[in-house]
Amino acid sequence: MKIKRNTLLTLAALAVFYGLLALAENTLNTYWVRILNLCAVYTIFAVTFNLIFGYTGQFSLGHAGFAAIGAYVGALLTLSPAQKQANFFLQPILPFLANVEMPFLPTLIIAGLLAALIGSLVAWPALRLRGDYLAIATLGFSEIIRIFLVNWQPLTNGAMGLKGIPEYTNLYWSWGAAIVTIFIVKRLIDSSYGRAMKAIRDDEVAAEALGVNLFKHKIMAFAVSAFFIGVAGALFSNLISTIDPKVFLFTLTYQIVGITVMGGMGSLTGSAVAASLYTIFLELLRPIESQITIGSLMIPGRPGMRMVIFSLLLLFVILFYRKGLFGQKEFSWDWLIGFLRGKNRKMKTSQTLGSTGAADKENKS
Amino acid sequence: MSLLSLKSVIKRFGGLTAVNNFSTDLQPGELCALIGPNGSGKTTIFNLITGIYAPTEGKIFFDDRDISGKKPNEITRAGIARTFQNIRLFKGLNVLENVMVGHHLRLKSDPFSAVFQLPGYMAEDRKMHQEAYELLQAVNLAHLADKEPTALPYGQQRKLEIARALATHPKLLLLDEPAAGMNPQEAEELMEFILHILKNFELTIFLIEHQMRVVMGICPRIIVIDHGEQIAEGVPEIIQNDPRVIEAYLGVTENA
Repeated sequence: MKIKRNTLLTLAALAVFYGLLALAENTLNTYWVRILNLCAVYTIFAVTFNLIFGYTGQFSLGHAGFAAIGAYVGALLTLSPAQKQANFFLQPILPFLANVEMPFLPTLIIAGLLAALIGSLVAWPALRLRGDYLAIATLGFSEIIRIFLVNWQPLTNGAMGLKGIPEYTNLYWSWGAAIVTIFIVKRLIDSSYGRAMKAIRDDEVAAEALGVNLFKHKIMAFAVSAFFIGVAGALFSNLISTIDPKVFLFTLTYQIVGITVMGGMGSLTGSAVAASLYTIFLELLRPIESQITIGSLMIPGRPGMRMVIFSLLLLFVILFYRKGLFGQKEFSWDWLIGFLRGKNRKMKTSQTLGSTGAADKENKS
Repeated sequence: MSLLSLKSVIKRFGGLTAVNNFSTDLQPGELCALIGPNGSGKTTIFNLITGIYAPTEGKIFFDDRDISGKKPNEITRAGIARTFQNIRLFKGLNVLENVMVGHHLRLKSDPFSAVFQLPGYMAEDRKMHQEAYELLQAVNLAHLADKEPTALPYGQQRKLEIARALATHPKLLLLDEPAAGMNPQEAEELMEFILHILKNFELTIFLIEHQMRVVMGICPRIIVIDHGEQIAEGVPEIIQNDPRVIEAYLGVTENA
């Protein structure tokens, strides 16, 4: 009964959410719709990072690389042949890609699968490493991908990037993908496999002594993460319609790490909330990069000022709020209902106390 | 037929020989202790048996299968479980989940059916929950099932670690200093507990211990090592009076 009630509540919440998305898609201007789309993309990034680091304990910094793979697959498979010809004016595109044009759904899936495949291939040797060494290896991988993108002109159009990518991504696609990601990652970490992953995070030696195959579970976390990062990458390129290798600098990875830390390691709710807050705040802070005049004082605009604020925010979180917004807690209906009931009970008890007090007074009089 | 058999096992770390030509056999159902002064190589022997280290020379057989150089998880699968000298519980999992990790190696469902909660996985998951809970009941920890392991008193953390090892359904259990840091009363309870699981779980137990009360109290056979070499073996009375054992623990008197 209890499980059924929660499922019903979840379905109802999803329906309401769908309604809100429809409302946003139809009433908000393109600027805000794009920001909300970005929220979803960053949510996927943060949730997948949480799976690798927050739940499996593997400090991987390869997110930008996986996202780049997804983004380029997303772009190359959806660009029309005419657009491709226009993009690749220096050197023609590889022949097998010249006439490919696919609908969005298979594109997303191929983007995810390719990222997962390359992710697993990279993880194979890299996962022999632990801690900082794994971080360095995956960071290196991410940079290698970017260097490939710059130099493999017939495939990626090099540093000029790709333009005119069809803007297929809308709120239904982006948030749909985010919800599917959260659903699958949540189910995975709650399963027996997820318990094994958390065991690896807490103590590798003990986990292995209990028969957990470290390599298999780490690869699994990596592949699932890479798949959804790839999907998010494809959503991203079909959202902003212009990509070039510079988008996928390691700063993207650091942003994702920052978001996940702010949301709370080991909390998917935290990742989603922090990703949305981060994206929206970063947009709201845009004015500080332009010229500001306070009285006679004129501060010239400095691009990048927003990242200074972001860094300060991160410092603040690390110093005073180390567990992030949610720590390891998750939002759950039981918690919400318990919270509301608790409030009601308090109100009721205070009411009954008040009434008995009144009754006492009446008796005395 | 012996359950575990170490044949002339040598382990060197660079120039240091931690275990030198160590051989022993454990019979099914046996309770055997491994003792020796600090740094004599006891834990190294455990690490060799459980695959954390591979022997430099020599072979280790379990159930007549060569397990030397196999990975720790493969060895656990073969039927050897262990606990650690410094307690290694999973801090992010509750008491029940800690035990359930020990059941994971028998899970047959693939990740796909786990994520989509297909009937096959759900049945296995329910069984896993139930078995883990029964195991906690058997070791008197069931009332703490949803507690954080770090919130437990020290003695119960040790017990939980043993329960978690039992969840892998081992034939051989290795206990690395189970009574470390316990007061005499707790140690007494632990001795009873060890004898209890030895009988009820059809185990063979090999344990390292420093508290002589525990070792002499319950172990019919004791192996003593020093500098990685076996110096004595036998029943407690013989060990207590063996001059080489006394020498290893207390040193030699100068005018002897």
